[in-house]
This record gives sequence, C-alpha cells and structure tokens, in this order.
Amino acid sequence: MEAAVFILSLVDCCALIFLSVYFIITLSDLECDYINARACCSKLNKWVIPELIAQALPTVLMLVSMHWFVLLLNLPVAAWNIYRFVKVPMGNMGVYDPTEIHNRGQLKTHMKEAMIKLGFHLLCFFIYLYSMILALIND
Amino acid sequence: MSTQGYGNPQSAVNNYSMSSAQNGGGAATVPCQNGPGQAYPAMYPPSSYYSSAPPAGYPTMTGHSAPPAGKIPVSGTDYSGNYYQNSSGPSLYPAAPGSQTAAHPYSTSNAPVPSLQQAAPYAMPAGYYGQPYSQPSHGQTHAQPQQMQPSLVPASSSNNLGAPLYPIVSYPSAPGSSQYGTLRSSQTGIGQPPVSTVMPPPPTQSSLQQYSQGKGATPTPAHPGYGAPPLSQTPTVNGQSNAVQQHYDQNLVNPMGHHYSGAPPTSTGPNTERTPSGTPGASVHSSPGHHQGLLYADRGVNNAVSSAAGDHSSSSSDHEEEDEEDEEAGGDSSSTTTGSASPVPNSYESLEGGGYQDLAAPPAGVPNKQAPPFGYNYPTMHPGYQQSPAPRPDSSPAHGGYNPSGYQPYSQPFPSLNELSSALGGLSGVPELEMETLRPLNLLQERNILPPKQASPPEPNLSSDLRKVNCSPDTFRCTLTNIPQTQALLNKARLPLGLLLHPFRDLTQLPVITSNTIVRCRSCRTYINPFVSFLDQRRWKCNLCYRVNDVPDEFMYNPVTRSYGEPHKRPEVQNSTVEFIASSDYMLRPPQPAVYLFVLDVSHNAVESGYLNVFCQSLLDNLDKLPGDTRTRIGFVTFDSTIHFYNLQEGLSQPQMLVVSDIEDVFIPTHDSLLVNLKESKELVKDLLNALPGMFSQTRETQSALGPALQAAYKLMCPTGGRVSVFQTQLPTLGAGLLQSREDPNLRSSTKTVQHLAPATDFYKKLALDCSGQQIGVDLFLLSSQYSDLASLACVSKYSAGSVFYYPSFHHIHNTAQRQKLQRDLQRYLSRKIGFEAVMRIRCTKGLSIHTFHGNFFVRSTDLLSLANVNPDSGFAVQMSIEESLADTSLACFQAALLYTSSKGKRRIRVHTLCLPVVSQLSEVFAGADIQAITCLLANMAIDRSVSSSLSDARDALVNAVVDCLSAYRANGSNIQPSGLIAPAALRLFPLYVLALLKQKALRTGTSTRLDERVFSMCEFKSQPLHQIMRMVHPDLYRIDNMTEQGALHLNDSVVPQPPLLQLTAEKLTREGAFLMDCGSVMYLWVGKCCNEMFIRDVMGFPNYASLPSSMTEIPELQTTYSERTRAFISWLLESRTFHPAFHVVKDDAPAKSSFFQHLVEDRTESAFSYYEFLLHVQQQMSK
Repeated sequence: MEAAVFILSLVDCCALIFLSVYFIITLSDLECDYINARACCSKLNKWVIPELIAQALPTVLMLVSMHWFVLLLNLPVAAWNIYRFVKVPMGNMGVYDPTEIHNRGQLKTHMKEAMIKLGFHLLCFFIYLYSMILALIND
Repeated sequence: MSTQGYGNPQSAVNNYSMSSAQNGGGAATVPCQNGPGQAYPAMYPPSSYYSSAPPAGYPTMTGHSAPPAGKIPVSGTDYSGNYYQNSSGPSLYPAAPGSQTAAHPYSTSNAPVPSLQQAAPYAMPAGYYGQPYSQPSHGQTHAQPQQMQPSLVPASSSNNLGAPLYPIVSYPSAPGSSQYGTLRSSQTGIGQPPVSTVMPPPPTQSSLQQYSQGKGATPTPAHPGYGAPPLSQTPTVNGQSNAVQQHYDQNLVNPMGHHYSGAPPTSTGPNTERTPSGTPGASVHSSPGHHQGLLYADRGVNNAVSSAAGDHSSSSSDHEEEDEEDEEAGGDSSSTTTGSASPVPNSYESLEGGGYQDLAAPPAGVPNKQAPPFGYNYPTMHPGYQQSPAPRPDSSPAHGGYNPSGYQPYSQPFPSLNELSSALGGLSGVPELEMETLRPLNLLQERNILPPKQASPPEPNLSSDLRKVNCSPDTFRCTLTNIPQTQALLNKARLPLGLLLHPFRDLTQLPVITSNTIVRCRSCRTYINPFVSFLDQRRWKCNLCYRVNDVPDEFMYNPVTRSYGEPHKRPEVQNSTVEFIASSDYMLRPPQPAVYLFVLDVSHNAVESGYLNVFCQSLLDNLDKLPGDTRTRIGFVTFDSTIHFYNLQEGLSQPQMLVVSDIEDVFIPTHDSLLVNLKESKELVKDLLNALPGMFSQTRETQSALGPALQAAYKLMCPTGGRVSVFQTQLPTLGAGLLQSREDPNLRSSTKTVQHLAPATDFYKKLALDCSGQQIGVDLFLLSSQYSDLASLACVSKYSAGSVFYYPSFHHIHNTAQRQKLQRDLQRYLSRKIGFEAVMRIRCTKGLSIHTFHGNFFVRSTDLLSLANVNPDSGFAVQMSIEESLADTSLACFQAALLYTSSKGKRRIRVHTLCLPVVSQLSEVFAGADIQAITCLLANMAIDRSVSSSLSDARDALVNAVVDCLSAYRANGSNIQPSGLIAPAALRLFPLYVLALLKQKALRTGTSTRLDERVFSMCEFKSQPLHQIMRMVHPDLYRIDNMTEQGALHLNDSVVPQPPLLQLTAEKLTREGAFLMDCGSVMYLWVGKCCNEMFIRDVMGFPNYASLPSSMTEIPELQTTYSERTRAFISWLLESRTFHPAFHVVKDDAPAKSSFFQHLVEDRTESAFSYYEFLLHVQQQMSK
C-alpha cells in the first residue's frame, strides 16, 4: 500500500518535472523572442490547472497515508499554486497574461518560479524514490 | 498663428456643412431599408469590390515597389518635389502676411544683408553682454541645438515679422570653433532698434558662425563669411519665416495639412532652404535646420548647387533587412501603394526644435531683458530657468550671488569645449553647469518656486556637436539627462529611470530618406544615427552594441555635396530624427489601404444624447480630410440589441441596411459591400450619414450589444486591418462582453480603497489582442451619463493601440461644452495623420534594458511594441534598469524606430535617437534630473500600482518617492545646512508636482470622483504625451485682466501678451481680477466678483458682472484692443495643441467654480494637504 502511494507520487513527480522544464523552455523562448507573448501565454495557461492538480495529488496522498514530513514539504507549494490561480484578476487572461508578462519584470519572476519548482520537484523525486524503495523493502 | 491653424479647417467646415445640409434634405427622403426580414442575397448586386480588389491590389504593389528601386525617380520626387512644394514652396510667401516680406528680402540680399554686414546688430548684443545673465545662457544655448534655439528662434522670427522690438542676435561664444561649434542664440530686447528685423536672427549657423568669429572683435562687415550670406542665409530666412509660413500653407494649401496642423508652427530651423539656384539639395535638406546651417556654412554655395542626386540613392540593395522584417513588419494583408508620396507631403521637414517650448520659451527671454536687475540665471541645464528672470524678487535671496559666478566661468570654457570631439561628449560637462541645478534650496522657505514661464527641459550635458544633433525633447525625453553608471548608483538616487516618447507627433520638418540600403548594425539592427562613430571611411561602430560594421557603398556617396567618401555627412548621420521609406523587405504583406469602420450605438440612450447628429455632421464635414488615398475604404455598423450593417455598394440608389439579430454567433451578412471604397461610394456614404440621425429617432430599444458589435467589426476588418471607431453610450448589456454595474456611488468619496479599477472581464482584452494581431486599432468614444465600466471597456483600445475619449454626461443640447468638445475632437480625430500596421522597437545601449512599458499597445516581445494604429497624439513611456555597468562608455543612446504604413500606402520607418551622457557621481545624477519627465513616469507607475495593488499603495509610493529622493540628496550632500527641507534646484518642483499628482482625479481620495472619470484620467496619464500630462497635473494659471504689452510677443501682426505664471493657490486670485487656467484639455476663465468692468465689457461682451451668463463657453470676438489681446493670448496658448480644449467661463459665485478650485493644487482641501503641509509631511517622513 505504502509503496503504491510512493510509486504514484513518483510518476506524478516525473510529470511535474517535465512540466517545469516545459515552462522554463517556453519562457526562455519568449525571452529570446522566438515566440510572441500571446502564443507563450496561451501555451502556459493551458498547463496551469494540470500543474495545480498534479501538485495537489501527492499532497492529498500524503495526507491520507499520513506521511507528515512529505506532506509539510508539499503543502506550501500546493498552497502557492492555488493562491496564484485564485488571485488572478478578473480582467487577466490567466496566470500568464500576455499584456503584462513583459512588464515589471514578470517574465523574470515567472522564470525564477519555474526554476525553483524544478528544483523542488527534483528533491521530491529523490525523496519519493527513497521512500518507495524503503517501503518496498519493508514490505 | 494658432488661430489660423484652426480657423482654416473651420472655414472648410462651413463649406461642407452647407453642402451636407443640402444632402441632408435630400437624404431624409431616402431612408434606408430597414428590417431584419430582408433577404440579403437577393438584394445585392454581386459586388465585385471585394473579390476583385485584393488580387488587384497585390500586383500593383509590386509595381509600386519597383519605383523605389529605380532610385532616381523616387528620390527625386521625395526630395525635391515634395520638399519644395511644402516647405519652401511659393505658398509660403503668398500666405505670409505682409510683415514677412521684411524677412524675405534676405533671399534677394537686400536691406537685411547690409545691415548684417554693418553689424548694427552687434551693438545691441554688446549691450547685452553687459548683463550678466545673458551670456551664460548663451554658452548654453550655444551648445543646445534643438530646444533652446528653436524656442528663441520663433520669437525672433516673429519679431522680425511683426515689430522689430526684439532683435535677435547670434552670439559668438565660440570663436575658434569649427562650424559645428557655432552657436546660435537669440537675444531679445526691448526697444531695440529696428535693426533687429534685419538680423536674420538665429538664422543659420552660418551667420552665427560668422558672428562668432567676429565676436568680441568689432563686427566687421567684411567678414569672410558674409560674402556668401545671401546664399547661405536664404535658408535661414525661409526657415524662420517658416514658422509662420508653413503654418499658412498647411492650412491653405494642403489638404493633408492636418498632419501637421497640430504641429508647432515654429520650426527650428530653416530647414527649408530655398536655394537661389532653385535646385533642391536633395537629401541634404533633410537635415534639420541646424545642420543645414552648418553644411551651408561650410560649403557655401556648393550646397545650393548640389541638387538632388537621385542616383546615388539607389545602389546595391542589401538585404540585411530581411530577417528583421518579420519582426518589424506587422501583418499580412493586401493592397497597393500609391505613387503619391507620403502623407507627409513635405518629405522634407527636419527636426523641429520643439513645438511647444518654442512658443513658450521666447517669452521667457523677454522678461530677461526687461528686468535686468533680477536677471539671475541658472547657467546650466534648465533653459527655462536661464531665460527667466527671478520670478519675484522675494523669491530668491539665494540667487543674488549667482549671476557673476555662474556667468563668468561659463563663458570661458565653452570655446574649448566646442573643440572637443563628439566622442568626448559625455565628458564635456562643466562642473559649473551642475552647480546651479544642484544648488540646494530650502523648500520650506521658497514661496515662489515656479519659473515665471514654462520651463523647458534640462539640456543633456553633451558636447555642442552632439547637443546640436540630439533628438528634440518633445519627441524623446529621459527622466535623468545624466544616466547613472550603475544600477547601484541609480538606486542611491532613488529616482526612476525611464524614457517618455512621443514618436509619431506632428513634425513640421522631417528629413525623409529614400535609399535602397537602410544602413543598420549587423548585430543589434540599430539604424545608423548621428552618434555612431566612423572608424575610418569604410567602417562605423554601432553606438548601442559597439559592433564595427562596414559602410555600404551606397552610403559613401553624399548627395548633399555630390561627393564620394563623406559618409558622415549623410542626412542619416546629421539628424537624430529621420524617416526612411522602407523597401519591401519591411513588409510582410503589401501595405494596407486606409480602412475606417465606424461602430455606432443607436440604442434609445444614444439617440437621446443626440451624439449621432454631431458625429454625422462632423464626419460629413471631414469626409474629404480622412487620411488616405484612392484605396481608402469606409464602413458603418450600428447596434442596439441587434447589429445593423450598411451596404454602400457603388451603384445602389440608396444605402441598404442589413440587420443581424443573432448576437450569440455574429456573422457578416455579405462580405463585399460593407466596407466600400470611399471615392466610389461617396454619395451613398453621405446619404447614409444624413439619414442616420433620423433613422433611429423613434427607437425604443434600450439594450446594447457592444460585444457582438465589436466581434462583427473584427470579422469585417480582419482581412485588411485598419481603424475601428466605436461610439458607446451605456453599459453593454447583451451578448458576449456584457457588464454589470460595479460602482457604488456611496463610495465615490471614500478615503479608503477604491475598487473596480481593473477590468471585470477579459473579453475586451482578448478581443483587443485579436484585433492587434490583425492590425486593427479600436478607438473608443464613450459618451455616457451613467456608469459604463470604462475600466473594462477601455481595454479594447488599450491593447490595440487605440485612443479613448470620454464625454461624461454628454447631451447635445443641455451640455454645450461637451458637444463643442466632441465636435472639435472629432475634427482633429478624423483628419489627423494615421499610421497603420505599425511596430515600434526601442533599443538602448548595451547594459540598459527596458523592464516596463506604459501606453496603449501590445508588447509583443521584449522590446517590440505592436501598434495596430499609431496616431500623432499618443505618447509612451518606458522604465529602464541598468543591468550592466556603463563604466566603459561615456554616452548612452536610445533609439526608437517606428515602422508604419502611411495612409498613402507607403511603408515608412521613423527613427529617433537620443544620446545622453553617463555619469558616475550621485550629484551629477541629481543635476540632470528632468522633473517633468520624472513626474510623468511616476504617474504611470502609480497608476499601474493602483490597478494591480491598491490606490492607497500607489499614493504612498508617490509620497515615498519624494521622501526617498530628498533623503538621498541629503545623505549625499555634505555641506548642506541641516535644517529645513533641502532639495537641489533641479528637483525643487518635485514635491509640488507629486502633491499635484495626488490631487488628480486618477489618484485622489476623499473627493467625490466617479469611477469612470477616475479611470479615464488614468487612461489619459498612460497615453498622453508629456506636455499634455504636465498641463493636466499642474495647470498654468495666468491673470489676464491686466495684461500689458510689456514683454509681449509680436507675432505676425498681433501682439501676444505674456503674463507671468502664477502659483496654483487661491492666494493669487483676487476678486478684482480675471484668471485663466489652462489644464490642457480644459480651460477655465475665472472672473472675480469685482472684476474690472472694462474687462467684462470689452472682453466678455457684457455690461457688468451680474449679467454674465453662468455657462459661457467662448470669448466673443469683439473689436476692442482688450479683447484682441486676450484672444491673441489664448490662441497663442492653443496653437501647438492638437485637440482644442473645452473652454469654461466660471463666475465667482457659480456652482461650477469648484471645478476650477479643485485645480488649485497648492491649497488645502478637506481631504488633502496644502503644499506647505505636504512639505512638512515630507520633512517629517524624512526624519523618521
């Protein structure tokens, strides 16, 4: 049972890693002018909700399986994702808004955020891997 | 001058209106067919328009593009043809009033010339020299090409024309200098002998040069330079008179005049030269006055002779552009270019000196002379201050000492400075210069800190060569004219770094260059500009990225001298504002035709307000003035709860109305005949416009389906792009994009947060981005009496590069002021220049980067702004950061390149380049602060903040900006007295302007402000050019009931009095006076209770105060001197203005006076500080 939880989390985490890399690539494309702001934002906005769900999933799993440490690790990130999604002003076209992404250094902020998430997911990846192996051995 | 600019169109209006009236009569009988029931297909003759048109267009285009290749013809027309016609053309002369002839003699080398030679003028200058202040200012002006001089010039020219009271003298501060070193400056004086007339004022540099050489020394008539004068000067003469003349011609002759009509009549310089030989020096002309002056000076006759060497212009094409084309070329649609030249027929205008100041500045000079005793002057960077005498004696105890010191040192260093090469530009700063702007002032003790005349922007501290060619501050302004070397230094100064641009403004003169090769840097794609350095004949070094590039062969040929191997004398390198005719490399599709679509609200509410009458009448009057060519297309869509299209296909006997009632899924009933060629269907269009107001007079429909109507407009315009003008009178209530009322009237005056400043839906934003992608610009006219959620609606214009107009409580009968404003706005709106499918790229020196943009556009990539439409009345702002240290460079440059399709179907690139010195000392950063630019940028930042965060945050941030900056100054200054609130002279108006900002509709709290008005005010801050914003923020107040001739300007045959600017406080008002407040878009004339009876009778046309009506909106034209003088003054204020302000006469007891008093920003209101309190508050914050 415990192994299953971690296997699921591990798979989920892989997806999130890929997603973070995709975000980084797309944002840097925008930085280098390879795509325009509108295309970039509509691409990224599509993945905001999947990311949110993918992040919430392990959080819930950990809660259910009562792994408090991993839960605490995941909770802030999940909360941040939700906060960011909820806080989008009504007039904006999503978390990434093409009319604002070039203003006030938003692009850099988004980039930084994507980087941090990538690091976080990598960390999680190894934690899940370790926990999974541990769980399998214990079984 | 100004009046003419406006007057003329009006006369035209009259003509039209008559005709239109006739039409109207006829049309009334021809109502459109109405009703949804119509079967569309059946009714239309298969219109061939659409089907045939596009294909046809393309081929032509290619044909068209060919000409550019054939360099000769094109260049010939552009340069010589256009140029001559416009600027120097005969029209100038005829148009000019008799007085001008005085100036002209020059060309014939008559009286004037002799007088020059006699040096009679010199005597006067000598007199001036005696006065301490005059000289320093020279030193200054000397180096400052554009701004200062121009400002003086016009005055002088006008003087010449009118009465010779104020002679202009050119000062030779730099004897030894090269031609470039010559300075032109003008002096005005009172009671000067008529000689002044003769003085070809600041004419060309050549003349200056001569003076300069002669300077100090006796004015030798036999000056070498003078032999040539007739030739070399001619240009000047023209140039000078130009101001006046051009003005005329535009109006009289040129239907396209509208482009420029708004433009400041004064030209910097003589760019229009008319060489006696009659052959135009082609590209040479392009160079603005100064250069020409220079060139001429050197070359003398040569120049005149050189004709447009069209050939050279052609030459090998190179293709570097291709890559960029994608980026810069906007879209993809069709159409051909017409052969006719630019919308700017006068392809030859050169840089202007700066429209607004030109006008404003001269007066400043005048007082100088008058009041020598007070004539302290800031020798340095504030021209405005320089020119102005101490405002009031009491104001400046500190000033006293300054004259001598400032002056003496200054005049000396200059000659040597001139000799510095341009490369040293950034280093040429004279410490003394900075001293003045850094002079500490205790704000708490300065009661009158306003300069008596409008201040002109600070001059960058550059070498004279660079200064001369630098971009006009009206076009391009930086908040810090000394760029800090590192971000750390910038942070220390606590001032924002940013640019304010007005790239497409009407210019009276602009060099237009046609050549196959547009020379650009290979790596950063910067256009070649005056600030690049030529390593040798064949290589130039980019000033932005420092890459070394080759000079293409074509560029080696200098059309000016018809010589080979002088690339540095090409017009591109002599002018910081130039316009290129772009080749097909810069097009993604053939240039589009001008397409105009009008989307009109015809619901009950709209009909009730009566705007349709006004609109239809204005459009009828201006139908022929819509910019465009033979391909121009026009269409109409009206909407209430359904959407109505109008078939205007040529050949129909009357317009057909097609109604689409399916607003959920809007479709276009027929693709062919809804957007029709204006020329071919003009009669039908007129019929429709005549019938339109009557058609819906009985409507009971109160709903408004704006969203679907916009979608329909988008679909209609998709294939071509163009301009959509939307008239809306209420909250959209149906279909996509419907909005709910969000305003709670009870919270209008809340001091807490103001909500709903952000849009309620992303519908309009998405639509705007779609439009922007298809090169459609949407302009919104909101005429509404109730809340209409402008915050949401404005998005449609904001991101499609349109403009927003708002007329609160518009009613065609009950609100005359608004009706007149709408009429005048429409007049300008319909006839102003327009650029389609435009993109603008702003490049800056390596190390600097732009991080935030303000204005109406869509930022497509990091430095590329996509502007579906660009109009001459919109300004932009950007904030910058310093990413890498600039320590290894002494100059920072900024280049804005605007690529657009003119209404004539030509692809053009307008390039502006600004060059500023880089400094390493904090004090220098403060010395170079441009307070007006800073204020505008802060306003933009505050508005962003109030939308994204909250209004109170934004207000706090503004106050903190002052506190931080003054603290930084205090921390930096070691020798400053500890007490009081100390600010450097350059920033002395900072607290005042910030306080004024806090009291603006956009940012105020505690005063009842409707949400729409607040949002509109925000939109204005974001999209208006700097001068307009500054008048809004800090209006100009004058007392006009006792204006005297003292210090007056003499323009043409009218006398324009120059009352001093007053502080914005009720303390300055008296019941015995009448005061004029100029807020940019509104003007108030406040008449005191005990106002001089004579004023009321002679100017207002009423026997006494009691009989004045409470709602006057204009000053009657009376034949009294009093009235003429007043009107002359007002029209002088208006002349550089593109939109006519609304005019209100406010009686002291009228309820309307609160709208007047709310602009007195220095006074205390219930919810806001007075100026003094604000200073104390700032001081208190600083000591925390």
